[in-house]
Amino acid sequence: MGNAIELRGISKSFGSVAANKNINLTVEKGEILALLGENGSGKTTLMNMLSGIYMPDSGSIFVDGKKVSINSPEQSAKLGIGMVHQHFKLVERFTALENIRLGLKTGGKFLLGKDTRKYIEDTAAKFGFEIDSDKLVCNMSVSEKQTLEILKVICYGANIIILDEPTAVLTVQEIDKLFDVMRKMKQDGHSIIIITHKLNEVMEISDRVAVLRHGEYIGSVKTSGTNEKELTELMVGRRISLNIERPVMEKTHPLLEIRDLTVRNDEGAIAVDGMNFYIRGGEMLGVAGIAGSGQKELCEAIAGLRPIERGQMLHEGESIVGMSPKKILDHGISMSFIPEDRLGMGLAPSLSITDNMILKNYNEAKGIFVDRKAAREEAKEAIDKLEIVTPSTETPVRKLSGGNVQKVLLGREIKSGPNVLVTAYPVRGLDINSSYMIYDILNQQKQKGVGILFVGEDLDVMLALCDKIMVMCHGRLQGVVNSTNTTKEDIGLMMTGALNIVNKEGKTDGIAADSAFEDKKEDANG
Amino acid sequence: MAELEVITLFLFSVIVYSIPLLYGTAGEIMIEKSGSLNLGVEGTMAIGAVTGYVVACRTNSLFVGVLVAFLAAAVVGAAFAFFTVTLQANQNVTGLTITTFGVAFYFFLGNGLSNSAGGWPMLGDTTLAAQFAGIEIPLLSKIPVIGKVLFSHNILVYLAVVIAVLMWLYFAKTVPGLKLRSIGENPGAADSLGINVTLYKYIHIMLGSGIMGIGGLYMGLNMGGTFEGSNCWINGYGWIAIALVIFANWSPARAIVGTVVFGLFNSLRVYNVAFATTFPGALGWLNKIPAHFFSALPFIITLIVLILSSMRKNSSSGEPAAIGRNYYREDR
Repeated sequence: MGNAIELRGISKSFGSVAANKNINLTVEKGEILALLGENGSGKTTLMNMLSGIYMPDSGSIFVDGKKVSINSPEQSAKLGIGMVHQHFKLVERFTALENIRLGLKTGGKFLLGKDTRKYIEDTAAKFGFEIDSDKLVCNMSVSEKQTLEILKVICYGANIIILDEPTAVLTVQEIDKLFDVMRKMKQDGHSIIIITHKLNEVMEISDRVAVLRHGEYIGSVKTSGTNEKELTELMVGRRISLNIERPVMEKTHPLLEIRDLTVRNDEGAIAVDGMNFYIRGGEMLGVAGIAGSGQKELCEAIAGLRPIERGQMLHEGESIVGMSPKKILDHGISMSFIPEDRLGMGLAPSLSITDNMILKNYNEAKGIFVDRKAAREEAKEAIDKLEIVTPSTETPVRKLSGGNVQKVLLGREIKSGPNVLVTAYPVRGLDINSSYMIYDILNQQKQKGVGILFVGEDLDVMLALCDKIMVMCHGRLQGVVNSTNTTKEDIGLMMTGALNIVNKEGKTDGIAADSAFEDKKEDANG
Repeated sequence: MAELEVITLFLFSVIVYSIPLLYGTAGEIMIEKSGSLNLGVEGTMAIGAVTGYVVACRTNSLFVGVLVAFLAAAVVGAAFAFFTVTLQANQNVTGLTITTFGVAFYFFLGNGLSNSAGGWPMLGDTTLAAQFAGIEIPLLSKIPVIGKVLFSHNILVYLAVVIAVLMWLYFAKTVPGLKLRSIGENPGAADSLGINVTLYKYIHIMLGSGIMGIGGLYMGLNMGGTFEGSNCWINGYGWIAIALVIFANWSPARAIVGTVVFGLFNSLRVYNVAFATTFPGALGWLNKIPAHFFSALPFIITLIVLILSSMRKNSSSGEPAAIGRNYYREDR
């Protein structure tokens, strides 16, 4: 069979960041190709170029052997390419039929003639979609919505279908159903590109696997001739040694203990599923996992920003479940959470450094007036200590560079003298020097006896910086490893769900031997 | 028989008073269905009213007047669309600006003409007045009470009902209507399907504004075309129309019912004395209520309606999910 899609020398940069570098990739007709890669390896960017959202800076795209240029989603659809995004593009208040009708080019000007309904329902039956065509989207489960999205692109005549992490939101049974549908689509001659991080799924469904790493095309292998270990190695690459200090500290008692924690995400799906772990004073615990494995929900639950479904959270032996964020803060748990857009959570972009300092300790002030003088002193102190580059204490934080913004945020969090610091992606988007500065700040805190939860992305950094690393996959704990005696491959396998070492040699990871929980005798025997 | 006559006249007047609201509400529903919140109803109606009326008097043609009222208001709508869709300006501020501008334009043109040589055109006994006279629908208008109340109105009353019913069919039964609603709900989804969001918004904002303009002209004609330097014909009806959109749950069909309810309270203002004298036993107390209360009544009811409908926040609400938010393609 010929090639449904061929990409030759595709490159795409955003500013100075190269998202895709000289990528060559082919998809054959009637083939399921899995696209594998870590976060930020450029998978979604590449697919967005196929679906017409981005234009490549250089390189060419061939569809069915013909050279094309795709400069809009409409054109992509005309070429028979349909993409199912992670975020559904459905009208909530419409029924399934209405959502599909919306983009159908045929069927006249009047709504839902018998033919349209029959066409849609026949297509659904042909591929084994289970869908209630008159159900409102807002009453649908995530799985039903996804089914509808896929049915939609098929009804619009797509024969090359791109699924962006379709299984991330599905249960095991729903994944099986999806795979059945995918196999039927394949039999019908459709080509499918599936983006996923889960190796077991890759092995199960795909014919071939293409691997991207740091925006580069590493290669592709036949699924039948590979295994999960080889794929992990292709995906994460070799360990790079970084010169990051890791001061070894005397570890104290467990400061924060999490037991059987279950948290739901905004969509109501389980995001953190029965997690156990603990942090000791003077210890930095890394959290590794594919983006969206529940890290955000975990941090928010600890900070009191998100109600928990089940479980216990002990801080120095006292439960913090149900406390307000402010009370938890007073308890000594501080969070510096750097979201994707960096300024979104934690800092007010148009306020000055001084005012941002006030935001956290406004309640210490007496009376209704703001004590700007004291805050200015604090801001000055932070600027000196953390070497923040800024014209003055009154500069709006949005005018600072990324590294300096992060320093302001961290500076404010450590100023209140917490003994547990939760930090997520503190070096995201920073250059090397700024990153090392942040590592130094964290290490200083650790030396002071603070327990640090470090949610990170770069495995090399975490292996060098953290004492221990716990790995999450799909909201579940896959194991806690000591960073001095583990390998990047092992962590990679755990991140993708292929390896679980929580219960090894009769010892359960994530439960401290000297736990403050009363039931420690039955739970722990390490 | 006097009692029956008072009731008939009262109900007739309910319809007369509800129609301008129906134009305003239906027009605003069309705009809001495209995801835009236009607070410029009052101003748009005022511009439609004054331009439509003057041209109708000059040409002595109701048809031309309606056309001009529609077009003038549609131009205002185009300005709203240009600011909010193309330039991405804040919809609330733009709408308020249009209201301020529209009402000022009304006084500007009115005062200018009143002081000019030709003077303010009067409706009087022109053929225009005849064109605006009631049309008795054969047979139906002969039904006692109901015939007079529902089937002996002027052409613009029937037109309003026809527009509302057609609009309802358009939303519920046609593909362009479905596409329009999808833009109001989730413009990103509509855009991803190749629907021209900008074009749809422009067309429907202009159509909706034009419909409001006809309502403005209707109000002017209904008041005999007398221009006063202190009071605008629209007199707050534009604001009530915006509230009625919520009351009608964004359905043009329900808007017909909603406007009749408001017409009822409005007519009470005129008929309270008649009721009190005709039914001294049952309704004599109406006389004791100050007239100002009846004038304020539609606005009081508006307030109550807004409070009640704000409390009814559930999935059955017809409020477009993306209302009031401008759509940037890059956001998706």
